[in-house]
Amino acid sequence: MGLELYLDLLSQPCRAVYIFAKKNGIPFELRTVEVLKGQHNSDDFAQVNPLRKVPALKDGDFTLAESVAILLYLSRKYEAPDHWYPQDLEACARVDEYLAWQHTALRSSCSLVMWHKMMLPVFLGERVPPETLASTLAELDRCVQLLEVKFLKDDFLAGPCISVADLVAITELMHPVSAGYHVFKTRPKLAAWRQRVEVAVGEDLFQEAHEVVMKAKDLPPVDTDMKDKLKPVVQILL
Amino acid sequence: MGLQLYLDLLSQPCRAVYLFAKKNGIPFELRTVEVLKGQHVSKGFLPANSPQKVPVLKDGDFVLHQSVAILIYLSCKYQTADHWYPPDLQARARIHEYLGWHADFIRGTFGVCLWTKVLAPLLGVQVPEEKVQRNRVAVDRALQLLEDQFLGDKAFLTSQRVTLADLMALEELMQVVALGYDVFEGRPRLAAWRGRVEAVLGADLCQETHGPILNILEQAANKQVPPPPPEAHPSMLLRISSIP
Repeated sequence: MGLELYLDLLSQPCRAVYIFAKKNGIPFELRTVEVLKGQHNSDDFAQVNPLRKVPALKDGDFTLAESVAILLYLSRKYEAPDHWYPQDLEACARVDEYLAWQHTALRSSCSLVMWHKMMLPVFLGERVPPETLASTLAELDRCVQLLEVKFLKDDFLAGPCISVADLVAITELMHPVSAGYHVFKTRPKLAAWRQRVEVAVGEDLFQEAHEVVMKAKDLPPVDTDMKDKLKPVVQILL
Repeated sequence: MGLQLYLDLLSQPCRAVYLFAKKNGIPFELRTVEVLKGQHVSKGFLPANSPQKVPVLKDGDFVLHQSVAILIYLSCKYQTADHWYPPDLQARARIHEYLGWHADFIRGTFGVCLWTKVLAPLLGVQVPEEKVQRNRVAVDRALQLLEDQFLGDKAFLTSQRVTLADLMALEELMQVVALGYDVFEGRPRLAAWRGRVEAVLGADLCQETHGPILNILEQAANKQVPPPPPEAHPSMLLRISSIP
């Protein structure tokens, strides 16, 4: 059994892993895990990732969770072109810096916007107070502002070439876009970067990776069983 | 101008960087930035055009933020012993796997106590008890996962040797300990792990590094912690309001 990638393309980090693997022609078997259907809670999946999260990787007996760990593992194992995660000390540090920053900044912000703007009202039928949504969008704006100022000094986030940092960032930013909040519209510098990333990745692959999340707003409302299971999550999010 | 590290030893990631640099005999100039005094938002304390956060590394013209990036940079540049950040593909992946989970479940969560017990009161803000309780539950849950999913029966979090992951984790746990909740009590496996990490680092270095944070509650009680200056208020209030 070769490399298996357990992904739900609704998830930002899963999309980054998907794009990276496909772009670099890494042979893998896609194992779709639909989180909204609770598939990540299955005993089978717990064998792959006891923490029950996607993305997850299984390479022979070796299992691995966490998107950054997976991206770096794939990059090294399959000897992806250097620019994805450079050997050069300073160039690598720039990628590491972005990957570390985004996890506690942009990531949670983009997830919250998806929840507050779309998942809660549409999927779960929960009312989101306008002040809550406004505050979430303001936080996203702050993060994006910081991203532009601190990281977008070159053509790509960590330097002149595309790296895993750009994949992680673009898939995060497509989250609020799919929820109907167009982060790129008022930001020409960011929009230009997005264009460069899409070209570097390839339009077809980019569209393919985002097909599921772009259709998320058409998802049917969830049943009461699932609603009950998600109640504690909802309480924290509101 | 050699390597400079801008650190506040009250900060968990700063301590991880400090411990690593000191333990590995990496020559650096310590530039202390006291966040409680608002020095991170004042001119002249941090490198120009920097986000107002610590730790920061400055190596000639090269400026780097984010403790994980700094730790990796130092380990590569100064060619520290392999075990800290092993070249082996799978061993290294485990460290990044831990750090990914750490970013979600430990970072942020374990820092809340300093805010609720010392910083918010200094600003005249009372964090609701409900939030304090929720944080405690989150801390306990994270500790359980740390023990069961990462440490298990191993000597250290990702392998049988100490790594960068252990430093990052230890300092977060020490933050909570310093603020009055001994997370190691009743958790013998974690306590033993702590002992092993501290044995690698050496008692003197640990004492030196943990001194400031271990004194913070007493200082606060004796009114020896000055209220932060107005310039620091907006970012601090924002941080307090984002406590779940």
